[in-house]
Amino acid sequence: MAAPPRPDSIALLDRLIAALEAKGIVTEAEIAARQAITDKASPETGARMVARAWTDPAYRALLLSDGKAAAEQMGASMAGAPPLGVLENTPGRHHLVVCTLCSCYPRAVLGYPPNWYKSFAYRSRAVREPRQVLAEWGLNLPDSVEVRVVDSTADYRWMVLPMRPAGTEGWDEARLAALVTRDSLVGVAVPQAT
Amino acid sequence: MTPRFAPGATVRVKDDWPERRGPCHIRTPHYIRGRTGTVVRPLGAFANPEDLAFARPAPKRTLYHVLFAQEPIWQEGKPADTLMVEVFEHWLEEA
Repeated sequence: MAAPPRPDSIALLDRLIAALEAKGIVTEAEIAARQAITDKASPETGARMVARAWTDPAYRALLLSDGKAAAEQMGASMAGAPPLGVLENTPGRHHLVVCTLCSCYPRAVLGYPPNWYKSFAYRSRAVREPRQVLAEWGLNLPDSVEVRVVDSTADYRWMVLPMRPAGTEGWDEARLAALVTRDSLVGVAVPQAT
Repeated sequence: MTPRFAPGATVRVKDDWPERRGPCHIRTPHYIRGRTGTVVRPLGAFANPEDLAFARPAPKRTLYHVLFAQEPIWQEGKPADTLMVEVFEHWLEEA
């Protein structure tokens, strides 16, 4: 939980916004619009994209070649967002996303990052001992699966396309989307059909 | 902007440490500096963050996805496990 903002930090923010407005860089209305977009974004968007990709081969191809266009097709607001790359898990390869330098995260399709994603512990350990980190999440991958850690260091944002779990044959998109958790879109978990 | 390196090219990340020379903003993680990897693909051209961070004119540079084996970097881990990192072209040289 973040501490409530102090009066002096609110005053500083007001002065910063006034200065940005005076210089013609951004208006208060634009800031409010951006905040509304960010508040609306949630892992449900990413989950719906994955469920569509599991059931629609054409959408899957679009998702893997142009994540931003695929997100827009799902109604996500991608104006001004960085390019979205999608990492396809296969029986032989599992992706895990981390940003060791800061906390780059595909907010447009996953919403705000969880605190653990921004922690020093996750950022330093995921890149160095990913299998131990995954095991602590309860995900034990066999040696036959390559663990590919994707360090989000620059201008892309990365989302994992998990594998569709067995036992979900004939399920519709909404039922499939309910299986896709935020954690499975980062790669610290895999969807389970229970 | 034509990428200098093609998918599959073997590249070395420069063993350079600008943070020792003064204020800077670098998107190349320390653990891959001096390391050899393989170009997965060019990701496009983006304004150089090293200039953007200081409000300098920022020419576009080609960004690549580069793949590294985990084990040689950390001296631990499984041989087949990998790291995939976004690296700007001016940090890469032929290896």
